[in-house]
Amino acid sequence: MRVSFTLNGKAVSLEVDPSARLLDTLRYSLGLTGSKEGCGEGECGACTVYLDGLPVNSCLVPTFQARGRRVETIESIDPASLAAMVESGATQCGACTPGVVMTACWLRRHPELLSSHTARELMAGNLCRCTGYDGIVDGIEASMKKGRC
Amino acid sequence: MLTPTTVDEACEMLSRGGAAPTLIAGATDVLVHWPMNLAARDRAYVDLSGVDSLRGISWTDDSLTLGALATYWDVVRETRVGREFPLLVSAARQVGAVQIQSRGTWAGNIVNASPAADGVPVLMAYDAVVVMRSSSGVEEVRLDEFYVGYKKMRRRSDQLVTAVRVPRRAHDVQFFEKVGARRAQAISKVGLAVAHSGAGWRVVAASVAETVRRCRAVEGMLERGEAVRSVGDVVSALRQDISPIDDVRSTAVYRERVLARLIYHGLRGVCPGFS
Repeated sequence: MRVSFTLNGKAVSLEVDPSARLLDTLRYSLGLTGSKEGCGEGECGACTVYLDGLPVNSCLVPTFQARGRRVETIESIDPASLAAMVESGATQCGACTPGVVMTACWLRRHPELLSSHTARELMAGNLCRCTGYDGIVDGIEASMKKGRC
Repeated sequence: MLTPTTVDEACEMLSRGGAAPTLIAGATDVLVHWPMNLAARDRAYVDLSGVDSLRGISWTDDSLTLGALATYWDVVRETRVGREFPLLVSAARQVGAVQIQSRGTWAGNIVNASPAADGVPVLMAYDAVVVMRSSSGVEEVRLDEFYVGYKKMRRRSDQLVTAVRVPRRAHDVQFFEKVGARRAQAISKVGLAVAHSGAGWRVVAASVAETVRRCRAVEGMLERGEAVRSVGDVVSALRQDISPIDDVRSTAVYRERVLARLIYHGLRGVCPGFS
């Protein structure tokens, strides 16, 4: 089936199998390999992308459901905005990092969420098996003070 | 893959006969067991994500209505739900994490029919009603009468759940507890939702029977104001209500004991008969 959506601000249109997962479409049809597959069942968050501005696990999104919608991936993030996370050692082996960065940047764009949630609760969908959570949370807190993502 | 854009169209697709079609909303349950080759399957898949009339949350004087595509995150972000139905927000925040909350739907949680569902116990404690449409009309079934066995429910394969309606009532007691192996991204070992309003006590348990269910013996004990002096008094009533099993997540003994303690400690100091 033919699917058209906005990807990182640009219109894309392609033919996909109805069973294609958004994660595979991004990686193998569109060449955006930043999003990673960890568990493939919505637990680890390594494949996190934004769908209409909200973080989702792209391994659990059938590509056709992106039709007419807005998809943003780790490739849309300005690396310069990650300085605070680099300084706090928020990345160790790096496997979870693309997903962590996506959720962290979403949180930074929505500071109002911190009136009802903690950063740790909002980051709970991104597992780091190096268990580098303190570095991640420190990096988010430092970057919240600096602003943009 | 069928992609209706209206409820009528979706109902027509569900009434075509043959193997019961699989409905897809937020896809968080369906994709975990996703077939790599849809064409090899004997059934149709009906995607509801293009049926815009099923989106969102609405209010009337006497009820809150969650459209079939209303997500956990929709509820978390609607401050009025937090004020009037705080258990919906508590439960929503314990489903997976944000990435699941932004996609998973309340109606999907109901029809997935897991005994370990997080959304179902709180809806049941608030006396929610499942609203279904088919080519032959509208049917409404109380959620506490919706399940008839493990993954079996009073929904025909030609019926589409279009909404979940929750009556607006003042509750003077309400709490939700979920016990999992970890705080986030866990499936419950034991779930409990308790609410008290003018309609009486509701004590709803998850992961301790074939379906999420009301614990009517415990509710009766509370209605009569019986003296409850220990966790053991709760266990006696609870044994008439639940039939927990040993499985990958927990054991029957643990589930019964923990559920009884959650009820006892949750109501002590709140419910007159408890001491």
